[in-house]
Amino acid sequence: MKRLSALATLTLLTGSLFAQAADPERARNLAATCANCHGTDGRPVSGSGIDPLAGIDQRLSLQQLAHFKSGRRPGTIMPQIAKGYTDEELELIAAHFAAQKHGAETWQTATDALF
Amino acid sequence: MADGDRRAFLKAGALAGVLTLAGCAGSGLRQPRGHVVVVGGGYGGATAAKYLRMWSARGVDVTLVERSPHFVSCPMSNLVISGNRSMADITLDYDRLQSHWGVRIVHDEVLAVDAVARSLRLAGGGDLRYDRLVLSPGIDFMWHEIPALDNAGAQASILHAWKAGAQTLALRRQLEAMPDGGVFVLSIPRAPYRCPPGPYERACLVADYCKRHKPRSKVVVLDANDEIVSKKGLFAKAWAELYPEIIEYRPQSELRDVDVATKTARLDFDQVRADVLNVIPPQRAADIAARSGLKLINQRWAEIDWLSMESSGTPGVHVLGDAIFPAPTMPKSGDVASQQAKLAAAAILRLLAGEQPDPAPLLMNTCYSFVDSRNAIHVAAVYRYDRASRALQPVPGAGGVSSVRSELEGRIAAGWAQNIWADMLS
Repeated sequence: MKRLSALATLTLLTGSLFAQAADPERARNLAATCANCHGTDGRPVSGSGIDPLAGIDQRLSLQQLAHFKSGRRPGTIMPQIAKGYTDEELELIAAHFAAQKHGAETWQTATDALF
Repeated sequence: MADGDRRAFLKAGALAGVLTLAGCAGSGLRQPRGHVVVVGGGYGGATAAKYLRMWSARGVDVTLVERSPHFVSCPMSNLVISGNRSMADITLDYDRLQSHWGVRIVHDEVLAVDAVARSLRLAGGGDLRYDRLVLSPGIDFMWHEIPALDNAGAQASILHAWKAGAQTLALRRQLEAMPDGGVFVLSIPRAPYRCPPGPYERACLVADYCKRHKPRSKVVVLDANDEIVSKKGLFAKAWAELYPEIIEYRPQSELRDVDVATKTARLDFDQVRADVLNVIPPQRAADIAARSGLKLINQRWAEIDWLSMESSGTPGVHVLGDAIFPAPTMPKSGDVASQQAKLAAAAILRLLAGEQPDPAPLLMNTCYSFVDSRNAIHVAAVYRYDRASRALQPVPGAGGVSSVRSELEGRIAAGWAQNIWADMLS
């Protein structure tokens, strides 16, 4: 209790700390930037030809994103977009999608054509 | 909620924030509650309505006011003008927002917003009260800058087709009726305007139609800007390689007026006679922004706080999409409007729970343009909140344009349309 009130006091004194606190929904918000192309919660329209992200293992999507970011995996738009996110943000995004239920489509790891 | 109550409510929310910092897990102690009214069911407004319901687990009431019975997409509409798509392909309905997401949809027009009373008046009668208002009204045209077009009769024959719908189909018919050997003149206003690459895409697709059906025709592009304002190298290459005999590009050619009867574009030192004259007029935030007393920059675009999209000077009113004064390099695109809608929805739910919005928001833009019926090009960027300038700024080293035009990107562009339409409406 003593520790809590000390921390609360400190937080109130340094009001800016509160203003800078990370949004608890940050992973959800970051992942939502992907939905325009990849569908709500990473579930694209069946037959749209864009890879689903929902339910994909976090390590697998992180690896793909890292390869886009480093240039190891070629693509049209994804190498340019992946460079805009920090590694921590990509981890949050990948974890968020990994926790979503699969959609109708299946992941096609070999389909570079879809990027 | 009375003002005193509201302050107490906000204080309690701030305390909840402190407790969260002190180690309580989860997304805050308070659930957002209230009524959000969204005005305008385009890329911004429809996305905001859905995400407010989805992210509040249907806890926040949402009313969407939209005058049109259907959504008609501006992106992909140039393909209707060239005959590669039909109106049905770019027309969707709002039913699922209501049946699945529980958004209350009111097909009506807003006459005035009273931001102090937090209510708005509908043309069909009655008032709507709100806790937070989302205005995603799009653009209106500054007709007075083209005097001869400042009347309904002239506007019915010299078309803009820059709001998808009846004008899209009407311009298609004018193009179909144009004789082989005819001249299609396209006038582009000074930036900023809705969809920076859109006019250049339209020039490509009209030229593609001419190449196939009316090969002796010309497409004359009168651009008020000094140069192509988006995807310049890619458009210039497409014009040179695909349409060298058809497209004639004239930069620094600002339209001063038209002669409606002879379909003539009047410039400062020249005039150009057309068989089809397509004028994209200068634009500003839709009239409701000024009518609602929102703070506008250059009397044209709404100034907003980038952490929440809330209007500067009008608390409780969040503005999205083409109507706002953009962040540096940020285009007025449907994709950006939808991304801003998610930023705003997240912020509004935090504010309704008495908490602060995400202090570090981020969004991206992806935008495809067709250079013929199958090949497309893109521009992409990622924008991150910058505390020093208090604006979203493009992330250096990220984003860019296509290396080449390709059929692959044409297929991705079609996939983008399907998925963003579902993301906003399904």
